Amino acid sequence: MKNKKSKLNLSSGVMSVVASFICIIIGLLVGLVILYCINSENALDGFSRIIKGGFYLMPKGIGTVLSQAAPLIMTGLSVAFAFKTGLFNIGAAGQYTLGALGALYFALVLHMPWYVCLLAAMVFGAVWGAIPGIFKAYFNVNEVITAIMFNWIGLYAVNEIIYRGAIGDMYDLKTTKTYSLRNAAPQSVIPDFGMNSIFNTKSTTIAIFIAVAIAVLIYIVINKTTFGYELKACGHNKDAARYAGINEKRNIVLSMTIAGALAGIGAGLYYLSGVAEWNPQVSTALPAMGFNGIPVALLALSNPIGVIFAALFVSHITVGGGYLPTKYFQPEIADVIIAVIIYLCAFVMLFKGVVANALSGRKKKDVPNSGKGADE
Amino acid sequence: MFLLLKYTLLYAVVLMLVALGGMFSERSGVINIALEGIMAIGGLAGIIVLVVFGSSLPAAALVTVSILASAVAGMIYSLLLAFSAITLKADQTIGGTALNMLATAAAVVIVKAYNNASTGGSGSASSKLSYSNTEFIFSVGPLTYNIFLIIGIILLIAAYVFLYKTKYGLRLRACGEHPQAADSVGINVYKWRYAGVMISGFLGGLGGFAYIVPSVSTWNFEVGVTGFGFLALAVMIFGQWKPFRIAAAAVFFAIFKSLANIADTTFLSNLHLSKNIYDMMPFIASMIILAFTSKNSQAPKAEGIPYDKGAR
Repeated sequence: MKNKKSKLNLSSGVMSVVASFICIIIGLLVGLVILYCINSENALDGFSRIIKGGFYLMPKGIGTVLSQAAPLIMTGLSVAFAFKTGLFNIGAAGQYTLGALGALYFALVLHMPWYVCLLAAMVFGAVWGAIPGIFKAYFNVNEVITAIMFNWIGLYAVNEIIYRGAIGDMYDLKTTKTYSLRNAAPQSVIPDFGMNSIFNTKSTTIAIFIAVAIAVLIYIVINKTTFGYELKACGHNKDAARYAGINEKRNIVLSMTIAGALAGIGAGLYYLSGVAEWNPQVSTALPAMGFNGIPVALLALSNPIGVIFAALFVSHITVGGGYLPTKYFQPEIADVIIAVIIYLCAFVMLFKGVVANALSGRKKKDVPNSGKGADE
Repeated sequence: MFLLLKYTLLYAVVLMLVALGGMFSERSGVINIALEGIMAIGGLAGIIVLVVFGSSLPAAALVTVSILASAVAGMIYSLLLAFSAITLKADQTIGGTALNMLATAAAVVIVKAYNNASTGGSGSASSKLSYSNTEFIFSVGPLTYNIFLIIGIILLIAAYVFLYKTKYGLRLRACGEHPQAADSVGINVYKWRYAGVMISGFLGGLGGFAYIVPSVSTWNFEVGVTGFGFLALAVMIFGQWKPFRIAAAAVFFAIFKSLANIADTTFLSNLHLSKNIYDMMPFIASMIILAFTSKNSQAPKAEGIPYDKGAR
């Protein structure tokens, strides 16, 4: 009996990884079908470009994958961290938007060095993350609804602050974007230590290493500290946690604040790399980087170390989508693939549970019935 | 003032239709956060009908076919949510979020592919479609209305009658309040939840079309439906999952939403507030209201919990 149990634990870990791969493979197959529907002659070529991702255009592509993965790791961590406390942080996009404002304001207006800008991005994101936490803990409003509302409020607020009727301090009339960081505030660009010349890009900085370091830090906080244990306890059973003397309201707010801070750092890592500028006139949709944190966290099963690899994968696919020949295909096909993967993630994990149940020899009391329910 | 009334009516009908959609889904026990995506897909389907058959069909047929196309497309798309949330018992919020992202991405791919094909494969990458919306608009007195106002009022009454005056409505509500009890008297909970989600897809798709078509004649699908589906969710909560309260809440939110449209031409222009500020207002208003009303909310008791026949 004991033997059987330990075997099961091992196989459930493996099965989680298998489940993630099933999601990815089905998602890619859907992408292939779409490519065939749009243009059957070039479908295989297009598909191989998506699969190759950054490797399609060496070494530049790899540099791009790395630089895009850094903010994705952060938004993925943001969503994963909230998941651990049983909260769904759909507000990573809004927190990311605010983080971008913090980073750009400290860089372009206050001319601070890059690490100060990064801290500012963190604080701005944290504030925006704390709001849904407060609403959840003290007003009983579902954090998903609050976060969605504050995503839009944040987007419009940031656009307004940057644009201010074309007289904003950060707004460059010539490019209709914020000023280029490399020209206006070179001290605020994250150093690259020669990586840009290795990868022949302008965007590959040490951001990726910062993101990986933070992922490890979050892993330690969640798994090795009392605080992390309390957060997880709230996620597993709120009432039991309260009964054990854990202040669950405080933990909800703290968890969302940290999640917001992580998303804010993500924006800092992206905008302080000096390749992209905020365009307040065109940015009428929320940044995809924030929402793509959701598939990253789901694929990684909320494991901070897994987030690193999941983010690299999502970045890989997105970059691959960008290499699709626009004459035949649309780069958004990569977004479709990612969306399909999240959709599958929502229930492939449940299949895992069904399989595990079947393996455990139907020992649980209500197995005959739940087995029937799952078959339908 | 007429202008304010015009836009308020326009937005109120949309918010009401979509919020009623959300109501049907949640009353049957399924949280439908995918309304935003359903709206985008419904709007896309209707507009494609307008673009493709715009010149070949007579006006009345065009209006009917495009409206039906949007509603049916929304219904089919909502099946994806129903399948994952009801049959596979997946997390409803995550499934809904995936469908929102899928809807925007798929709409952009479809529109770009269509534009590319219609320009002979020149590599055109425009995600915009232009269409004629004159068939949907008529004027009575000083005001212009659109056909969705009439449809909306009919559907509001139909929704009320269905939900409270028929046995089917009672069954649907039972599935959202206490599915085990419903099951024990022979109601097929899975079937009724499917019905709830599909009605919600029907209304959501229609609402998406009603949002896009009457107000502008070109739509950029990159923005989805600019968060209107989420506002509708707030309307639904503010309306406490009841049809007529939802209608009242929709009017209230629509006034906030309309301020942005009339800001330049009325007394409001003296305040010198930018468009961004007005765009924020309905969202801020909804947060303030939610903060005060959520403590004694009358949400369906079993919403968000997948029904498992075996569970006790």
